[in-house]
Amino acid sequence: MTPLALTVVAAASSSSGAPATLHEAVLFWLLAPIAVGAAIGMVLARSAVHAAVLLAVVMLSLAAFYTAENAPFLAVVQVVVYTGAVLMLFLFVLMLIGVDSTDSLMETLHGQRFAATVIGLGFAVLLVAALAGALGSFHPRGVGGAEAGKGNVTAIAEQLFSRYVFAFEATSALLITAGLGAMVLAHREPLQARRTQQERMRERTARGGGEMAPLPGPGVYADHDAVDTPALLPDGSIAPASVAEHLQISRAKPHVDVAEREIGNPR
Amino acid sequence: MTSTTHYVAATGVFHLTFLLVLLPTVGAAVLLLGGRRTNPWGHLLGCAMPILSFVIGVIEFVALIGRDGGQSRQLDQHLWSWVPAGSFHANVNLLLDPLSLVFVLLITGVGSLIHVYSVGYMEHDPDRRRFFGELNLFVAAMLLLVLADNYLVLYVGWEGVGLASYLLIGFWSHKPSAAVAAKKAFLVNRVGDVGLSLAIMLMFTTFGTFAFDGIFNGAASGHAHSGTMTAIGLLLLLGACGKSAQAPLQSWLLDAMEGPTPVSALIHAATMVTAGVYLVARSAAIYDVAPHARVAVEVVGAVTLVMGAIIGCAYDDIKKVLAASTMSQIGYMMLAVGIGPGAYAIGILHLLTHGFFKANMFLSAGSVMHGNNDEVNMRRYGGLRKVMPVTFACFSFGYLAIIGMIPFSGFFSKDKIIEAALDKGGFEGGFLGTIAIVGAGLTAFYMTRLMAMTFFGVKRWPKDVHPHDAPRVMLIPMAILAFGSLVAGYLLILGGSLQHFLTPAVGGSVEVGAHTISPVVLSLITLAVVAGGVTSAWYLVARKPIPAEPPTYVTPATKAARASLYGDAFNEGVFMRPGAYLTRALVFFDNRGVDGLVNGLAALVGGTSARFRRLQTGFVRSYALSMLAGALALTATLVLVRVG
Amino acid sequence: MRVDYYLYLSAVLFTIGAVGVLVRRNAIVVFMCIELMLNAVNLSLVTFARMDGNLDGQIIAFFVMVVAAAEVVIGLAIIMSIFRSRRSASVDNANLLKY
Repeated sequence: MTPLALTVVAAASSSSGAPATLHEAVLFWLLAPIAVGAAIGMVLARSAVHAAVLLAVVMLSLAAFYTAENAPFLAVVQVVVYTGAVLMLFLFVLMLIGVDSTDSLMETLHGQRFAATVIGLGFAVLLVAALAGALGSFHPRGVGGAEAGKGNVTAIAEQLFSRYVFAFEATSALLITAGLGAMVLAHREPLQARRTQQERMRERTARGGGEMAPLPGPGVYADHDAVDTPALLPDGSIAPASVAEHLQISRAKPHVDVAEREIGNPR
Repeated sequence: MTSTTHYVAATGVFHLTFLLVLLPTVGAAVLLLGGRRTNPWGHLLGCAMPILSFVIGVIEFVALIGRDGGQSRQLDQHLWSWVPAGSFHANVNLLLDPLSLVFVLLITGVGSLIHVYSVGYMEHDPDRRRFFGELNLFVAAMLLLVLADNYLVLYVGWEGVGLASYLLIGFWSHKPSAAVAAKKAFLVNRVGDVGLSLAIMLMFTTFGTFAFDGIFNGAASGHAHSGTMTAIGLLLLLGACGKSAQAPLQSWLLDAMEGPTPVSALIHAATMVTAGVYLVARSAAIYDVAPHARVAVEVVGAVTLVMGAIIGCAYDDIKKVLAASTMSQIGYMMLAVGIGPGAYAIGILHLLTHGFFKANMFLSAGSVMHGNNDEVNMRRYGGLRKVMPVTFACFSFGYLAIIGMIPFSGFFSKDKIIEAALDKGGFEGGFLGTIAIVGAGLTAFYMTRLMAMTFFGVKRWPKDVHPHDAPRVMLIPMAILAFGSLVAGYLLILGGSLQHFLTPAVGGSVEVGAHTISPVVLSLITLAVVAGGVTSAWYLVARKPIPAEPPTYVTPATKAARASLYGDAFNEGVFMRPGAYLTRALVFFDNRGVDGLVNGLAALVGGTSARFRRLQTGFVRSYALSMLAGALALTATLVLVRVG
Repeated sequence: MRVDYYLYLSAVLFTIGAVGVLVRRNAIVVFMCIELMLNAVNLSLVTFARMDGNLDGQIIAFFVMVVAAAEVVIGLAIIMSIFRSRRSASVDNANLLKY
């Protein structure tokens, strides 16, 4: 990322007006293939995490383009909001759902992939052709005039809080609504009242009070602190309660043997 | 007939007219809605209601006699406005005039006797209370029918008696035959009811009212087109045919005998089936201006008269013989009311005497059945006169009355009809008179056959049957009706009393002195024919042993008569089969044509959608791919537009 | 070097992102591809601002960043809750809209 960042800074500092400079051309031809490649890779990646990382590459490239196009505010927002917040949210949900649920690349819908590729290609060709036909020779004016020497952020703020103030307020309402909606969607009503610690203690006492204190933790005096390594009692014997029941599959207990060897068997 | 009809408002005791209808209605409501808790006293209430109505009827009769003749004997009681909508008025009014009062007395009088009889007859039936409720319902509906002062209310009563008849024929609906018979009666009646309702609608569009007085005055004024009046007359006749089991709607009455015997006596002999006669007599003013319709009435009466008599000769079921006899006798009445002015009263006279003797015979037949374990086949009777003397005596009175023996009631009424038919003169009069005389002979034949098979000869009943006379509660009504069969005719004809009484309602009597044949000679001829019928029946039936099964080797005429002259076969062949074919064709068209089109369209849409549906894979990425393809197409279009 | 090269680069990056959305099944990677597309658009906006000689493009890019941040928060929360209920982050598994 380091050379990339350097180039970005160079391009941002050098670009001043409408016509593209050589810096910008270097930046574009360097980053555009990276962005396209990352985008294609994202579509083809088996793992969702890889796809997210490749998307981050595309987004950062776009942030660099924004700086080159005299939109430093958007570039920062792109990095903070998209790369920082949105993508992290994606990864967070990915972790919740399960990372290892890799996508099978076998297509189930008959002809879907072929049709999608053909139509997509056609769409791209059509868009490019239309743009080429529509633009022809065009001289960009640059945003310098609009900023009127106040700088990008100030100019945007003036517009945002005057001309677009109602839209801005509407977005605030939208965000609040979205936050509430997410809470409602993610919230799960408990089917029964949560048992308090007091209640659980009472139950345990009523059962006969065998284990009043917490169960012993695993891995005491062992070369491992893995959860399937049982603890040893002061006399050197194994404390079975220290390992969860469903982990006690391996009766061989190699770690226990090692532990016994190290501290000596008192028996 | 007075030139204009005008009803005076009811006053004094005539205010009670509404009670005539209300009392049986209350009885029916209590018994049918009251449920099982009315079981212990239900039959008593059921009897009390028609008896109370009868008492009111008698009081009003006495009061009516006390008034001057003519229009002051036609009293109208306004109850309430039923449908007062703009210019459309339908009032619920009751008309008490001589004609309706005669019917009220017949319905409540005979009805009360039959109610009392039913107490004994239905004693062991678990549903006796419901039976009485439905009988009361019938009485109420029938009274509403005859007391209505307009055709709309008459129609309500008309439908009411149809409903009661349906319920009572199907009273033992656990028997499939009874259920089918009830349905058949209802359906055939429906045909007639359609005729009546069309007639009422036509009258309303022609005269703008439902009320009797308005319609009759309108008809008498002669403004209406004669074709319209003929149509009204024919439609009314169709209604009358349905209710009175006249040809061609006669087929239901024989099956209606599936009902309990008191029902057959009350509804299917004495009262409801005469409603058609009442309708024609009540609509006299319409038939006065519709001579063609009047001829149709005569023809229907004459045809049914002979038809019923022939059918009656062939059946072995005692009730069905009586039912066929009822058809035949109502044919006489129709003939009489068809003959027209002057003969209306004779038709009503025969209706009354028939009400007595036919109810009497039905109740006696019920008594016979009661004593023979509900056996109706006359071939299993024989010699019952010794074991059931009272029943035999009562039945004999009815028998002598129906064949027209002096001095029993039938003699007076039936001879008068024959006389009136012949007096009409010309070919028409001769033809109708001859038919009526032949009918009398046939009546004598089949009734003698019935008597011989039932009460004479050797006993043919099975060993485990012990025939006996019915209990007293059944015998007393029978005896009263038998007495009526004896004297009713004479009392009613005495001094032309009934005819004079009925004059305000149906017009005056035939002028004396215009007879084609002298009444005495005619009576002798008729009696001779009747004697011939009796003798031949006696010779053919009583002198030979009667086989337990009807002989199969018979003449085509007998076969036809046994099949009710192919009435059912005719209905089946002419209406039912083509109807079924039409229905089948329509169903085929509906299934293949209409449904085929609709279903085909639906299948097309469904199939197409099923294919398009495949595009909905549910995979978001597929949708996204289509979006990108769309974006590509859109961009391409934009570029092309700009380039172009 | 010409300024419009940035635009070509932006178009290429956008397309790569779009294709990535179409071919990847892991919801988080799909999401990353969307972010890539947004970034490509931002690059275009900044370049446009430079070409036009005013700051509007930069300010719009700023707003895009804010909205994108909100979108990421919500989107990841949704992915989390889907993962909780289905034990999978594959976009192909959530195909309840199927025919």
